[in-house]
Amino acid sequence: MSTVAAQPPKKVNRIGLEVLQYKGAKSTLCAGCGHNAISERLIECFFEMGVQPWQVAKLSGIGCSSKSPAYFLSQAHGFNAVHGRAPAVGTGAVLANRHIIGITVSGDGDTASIGLGQFCHMLRRNIPMIYIIENNGVYGLTKGQFSATADLGATLKTGVVNDLPPMDCCLLGIELGATFVARSFSGDKRQLSAILKAAIAHKGLSVIDVISPCVTFNDHEGSTKSYTYMKEHDEPLHAVDFVPAFEDISVEIEEGTVREITLHDGSKLILKKLGKDYDPTSKLGAIQAIHDAGESGHVVTGLLYLDTKPPNFADLLHLVDEPLATLPESRTRPSREAFDEIMDELR
Amino acid sequence: MPETQVRPEVYSAGSSNQRIVNDLSIQVATINGSGSQTANTVLMRSLFQMGIPVSGKNLFPSNIAGLPTWFTIRANKYGWTARKREIDVLIAVNAETAREDALALEPGAAVIYDEPLNLNAVRSDLHFYPVPFDKLVTPICPEARLRKLVRNMIYDGVAAHLLGIDFEEVHKALNKQFGARKAKAAELNWNAVLVGKEYAEKNLPKTDPYIVERMNATTGKIIVDGNTACALGCVFAGVTAIFWYPITPSTSMIEAAMGYLKRYRIDKETGKSTFAVVQAEDELAAIGMVIGAGWAGARAMTATSGPGISLMAEFTGLGYYAEVPAVIFDVQRVGPSTGLPTRTMQGDLLSTAVLSHGDTQHPMLLPSSPEECFTMAGTAFDLAEQFQTPVFVMTDLDLGMNNWMSDTFEYPKEPIRRGKVLSAEDLKRLGGFERYRDVDGDGVGYRTLPGTDHPAAAYFTRGSGHNPKGQYSERPDDYIRNVDRLALKFKTMRSRVPAPEIIHNGSASVGLICYGTSRCAVEESRDQLSRKYGLETSYLRLKAYPFGPELREFLSRYSRVYVIEQNRDGQMLALMKLEADAADIDKFRSVCYYGGLPLDAHTVTEEIVRQEGL
Repeated sequence: MSTVAAQPPKKVNRIGLEVLQYKGAKSTLCAGCGHNAISERLIECFFEMGVQPWQVAKLSGIGCSSKSPAYFLSQAHGFNAVHGRAPAVGTGAVLANRHIIGITVSGDGDTASIGLGQFCHMLRRNIPMIYIIENNGVYGLTKGQFSATADLGATLKTGVVNDLPPMDCCLLGIELGATFVARSFSGDKRQLSAILKAAIAHKGLSVIDVISPCVTFNDHEGSTKSYTYMKEHDEPLHAVDFVPAFEDISVEIEEGTVREITLHDGSKLILKKLGKDYDPTSKLGAIQAIHDAGESGHVVTGLLYLDTKPPNFADLLHLVDEPLATLPESRTRPSREAFDEIMDELR
Repeated sequence: MPETQVRPEVYSAGSSNQRIVNDLSIQVATINGSGSQTANTVLMRSLFQMGIPVSGKNLFPSNIAGLPTWFTIRANKYGWTARKREIDVLIAVNAETAREDALALEPGAAVIYDEPLNLNAVRSDLHFYPVPFDKLVTPICPEARLRKLVRNMIYDGVAAHLLGIDFEEVHKALNKQFGARKAKAAELNWNAVLVGKEYAEKNLPKTDPYIVERMNATTGKIIVDGNTACALGCVFAGVTAIFWYPITPSTSMIEAAMGYLKRYRIDKETGKSTFAVVQAEDELAAIGMVIGAGWAGARAMTATSGPGISLMAEFTGLGYYAEVPAVIFDVQRVGPSTGLPTRTMQGDLLSTAVLSHGDTQHPMLLPSSPEECFTMAGTAFDLAEQFQTPVFVMTDLDLGMNNWMSDTFEYPKEPIRRGKVLSAEDLKRLGGFERYRDVDGDGVGYRTLPGTDHPAAAYFTRGSGHNPKGQYSERPDDYIRNVDRLALKFKTMRSRVPAPEIIHNGSASVGLICYGTSRCAVEESRDQLSRKYGLETSYLRLKAYPFGPELREFLSRYSRVYVIEQNRDGQMLALMKLEADAADIDKFRSVCYYGGLPLDAHTVTEEIVRQEGL
């Protein structure tokens, strides 16, 4: 009889990797920061989806949010670029290698102020990339100024009132061409996980605006991006479940209460009705829902809009299937005959 | 010095009884958007086909249509193709500028003009050839809307007759210009040429001395603009990603590249593209995409001009500090600010050399001809990947947009060099790597590309402080070690960028230094200085920054060194002063031209003569 207890088998995902391989460096953000919760969800989601970490490229701009790519998937390439310009860097990267899974983590200042132009043009191009906005309504690293997503009437800790209307990144996303637009709350594990997994499966641009409270500068009374405010005003459009393509689960659908949406890779999004029926394939319906909620001081969360039909930018450019980055010289340098033909024309 | 130079040039303007053969400049003064480009190109190509060295320069306004524009053709038997300041033959068809253009001519020049302009009343010391263009065009071009275009071909016929241009060559040039698919238009235009010819034969007895004769100095040559040459250089360097924002005078480089990529870089089996071309929303995005694509392993480039360079500053600093390959073509125009957007200048050297905040240093290649545009585009991609840094190719509007005679380019002999990139197999063997460690002592680390199929492939790229592993660091020792390595990397480049062209003249005590398009004027000026003023000069033409050891050696050999450039402040001279030995600094003399027109030899000669007190 052995006295040594049998080691429990290590938990591995479908490609045989442990969750440890999906973690990052230790976060240097404040304890309790919503951004850390989002990093945790990303670790779980990439692990559970069985994505090879080294097939992922993480991008960011500048700010608290933009530090977070260092805190998940340390086996993925990362690029912490310049303020507000991660969309351009990401566009270049995913066109250079269309097989990498691009994920950009940005913030509300990075996206809606300094980076608004690049954000909008990324939307128009339907870049195949996951774009997360860790939205807390303030600049953290410069110690608590309003950002452009701060709500009208919200106050800073110092009592300063915001009297300018907010940018709504989801409205922009829906209007300008993103094909997957969602809003979530860093405190809603289940909803955020399902949305992130669906975004990994989606082959176009996924814009996910995550209300992610800043515990140091914007979690007080008078803030509309605090934990308390979100807990009181979060209005989920539906309960979201994600069923990956590799899980052979048949879902029982109760007539009239559930919407099922099939994504590019065959995985499914299951949206269970909560109160009113919500159709995420309707642009106008989505825009209406955001405005309605805004008027009543609520924050609608869930999958706001999805369109799986438009080609992503790599398809639109008719890129070859192989990464442009590693095409051999035989395919990138035209022949001597081609050269001579051109020279003859110039004679 | 051009190979066609065989004997000293005659400098006197010449009297009417003296023939001046194969040495003239023709200026066509028209209106922007009037379709004169075809007629001007045909005139230039006819001379080229007769074996006479030519250049064609377009002086155009920042305007779609309606403002005056001038096209200048220089034909010169010695191969001098820099702009010639003096106009020998004026073709005046723009009423708005005709008077002023005629008044600016040297005595003895020839003027072909639209008869109603009555230019012969303006002065009496010119050779006048009035042509009733409207009367001549109506019978041969019944369609009124085409007359404006066809009318231009009449001056080709008149000029060809007066100058003795072979009409067979005119016909050939015209057919080449229209192509087989526009045979009808070609016929209509040829008729206009003949009408001009007949009119001149009957009504315009030749009184001026300018004449051309067939010679044999253009065999094997091509006519091409620098932007097309750069585009070809990129295509044959295996460019895979182009991100750009339209700006004069760089736009035509990208358009040319797109044309060639569509012809030669579509995968035959799948019909798909082996390249991505994206028109970005602005220059910030364009360079950001280049940096992203370069980071992920594409051969990525952008082309812009001064205002775009200013906007690209922040990303250039990121590329330098995070060590990402990028190729940026700066087709320089006159600044600052919007400046003169359709005029030429070498005005961005100083700001580009250290573009962005903090301590930064960027290599610049300095092509002076279409051939060098072609080869240096390839060199730029190789250097960018080998040194993992942004590389600038500094051309200008004169080189980029004007017509240059050039030797046929050579198909690249060397394979594409992609620098120190570790593959999954390398990582299997090594077990891992540190991105910013100087393993080879040249300042250049090894990199991996995103998507490399190995768990140890990843590293974190950042514009913030980092240690050799790429981890965030604010430690002074990490910072200093890192930027010192970047300085070493730049130093390594000194011997890897193209070396200057040097001509040591044994008897000279004066050296001339120039770069880029100043080459043509300076080569001709050296000839003028030697023959007219007895001033022998040595010559160094920079092809790149950082400077190699040749520069210091050159400075040490001569007592006075003139730096000739096309900007106000002597920008390249300022860069050289930073590195020159203290003993050599007093030797520097500055010759700067900054009027926005291509540099001409007399301007250089006169200034050197003035400073030398000759």
